[in-house]
Amino acid sequence: MRREIPLIITTIAGLVFAISYFIPHWPFVEAESIFGDWIAIVQAFAIWLGALNLIKVSLEKIYRKKEDAFYSGIIIVCLLVTLGIGFYDGFSGGAQSSFRDTGTTFDWLYRFIYTPLTSTMFAMLAFFVASASYRAFRARNFEATLLLIAGFFVMGGRVPLFDLALKPFTDVPYFSEFAGWIMAYPLTAGMTAIMIGIALGIMSSSLRIILGIERSHIGGA
Amino acid sequence: MVSTIATVLMWIVGLSMIYVLYRTINGHPIERRVVFLYIGLAIALPLLMQKTAPVPVTADVQKLVDALDELTPGSKVLAAFDFDPSSAPELQPMGVAFMKYAFKHDFKVIVMGLWPQGPQQANQAIEDAMLDPLIAEKNLVYGVDYVNLGYQAGAEFVIQSMGSDFKRMFPLDDRHIAYDSLEILNDITNFSNIDFIFNLSAGKPGTVEWIQIAVDRFGAKCGAGNTAVQAPQVYPYLRSGQLTGLLGGMSGGAEFEKATNEKGQASTFIFAQMISHAMVIAFIIMGNIAFFMTRKKKKA
Repeated sequence: MRREIPLIITTIAGLVFAISYFIPHWPFVEAESIFGDWIAIVQAFAIWLGALNLIKVSLEKIYRKKEDAFYSGIIIVCLLVTLGIGFYDGFSGGAQSSFRDTGTTFDWLYRFIYTPLTSTMFAMLAFFVASASYRAFRARNFEATLLLIAGFFVMGGRVPLFDLALKPFTDVPYFSEFAGWIMAYPLTAGMTAIMIGIALGIMSSSLRIILGIERSHIGGA
Repeated sequence: MVSTIATVLMWIVGLSMIYVLYRTINGHPIERRVVFLYIGLAIALPLLMQKTAPVPVTADVQKLVDALDELTPGSKVLAAFDFDPSSAPELQPMGVAFMKYAFKHDFKVIVMGLWPQGPQQANQAIEDAMLDPLIAEKNLVYGVDYVNLGYQAGAEFVIQSMGSDFKRMFPLDDRHIAYDSLEILNDITNFSNIDFIFNLSAGKPGTVEWIQIAVDRFGAKCGAGNTAVQAPQVYPYLRSGQLTGLLGGMSGGAEFEKATNEKGQASTFIFAQMISHAMVIAFIIMGNIAFFMTRKKKKA
């Protein structure tokens, strides 16, 4: 039964969502709403599960005195401090207030610690992209040359770089329009093809899961 | 003064690229750390120069502005902030410009997020928009003119449930006020009561989910602002008409600010992005010149 019940739930939920899309009436819409609520609840629990798992993994590293145990300690301290401050702000703010409100300690943490840290991590991509473009982005063959040319015009055309260079001769933003054309036609055609392929793959995988053929999500083969 | 110094330094950095080209051609490519330094300067110095770049308003952005122009005062607009601070440099200026536009045109703004950090980014955007004297003098009231519903777990299933009943997913708003107590939400049951959805997205769940569920299934009208990395994924929906306008990356934000006469951060940031793009393009060209010269030498 440990395997059968999850399979039955999966099959019923999958069928309800599929049928309610085409027949948006009783009882499918009601069933879909119930399953929708379940999903929201399960995902909310998943967030807690993720946090608890992070604590468990980090504590294990500290207990076994691994090389990066210090950073694991920082993770746990930061997690608990943020959580504690969030709870404190949430309960001490009184009615009609949120821990996210401007002026709360949680908001200060978010603005001046979390935001700069995540922005820095993301901004580092620019440096790696620049370095890779200098050392590896070469016109080695036809496909690479095509990619290089497209990248060249899109990079220069999506910002007013090339159009500014053209400014003494004409006010028409030819390069911006050409970059727009690349995005609107060749890119859209390629993306559409990829999306159709992905959609067909998802459909076949979903069908296998609904029919119980694919059982890896419940630990089966 | 700072601007002048930054301009002079930028010229020096630009001219020093000739030396980099010379070294590269002679088979001595510069170190990775030097490339990092050049990119760092190409982003930081233009920000200090405080200049803007003349961006042409593209059709994709104009479509969004036209759709917003069609809305009348009192229109109910749902703004979904589905991103975190890592994407904020690109998306936050769009959020601020949108809020300014919405408040100046007396739209009723309902904010929510499918990402946990989204509602907080929305609070910051509202706060920045409120600094505008024209908006400040309107004395907008929370719960009457705008509301933040907060974050709800469940990704695309939240949108799906909102299709039948908003209250089901948001019984309380971000400040723990009951849905029924908020005047702005009095006549809102589902998407049929929403005039326009504006989604700021940096990934999944985001614009694709809003289109597939809110637009396709429930007939809502949706425009979006995406990071430059994500924008290509939604272009097919834009061409098919499922998406009503798109702000793609920093340039999309700058174009929106220009089209709505709301000069903001994107108009300044786009100059820095333009210079950094020029730097990357220069590096690509130099790398390829060196590549072809080396290959020629080897063949000889």
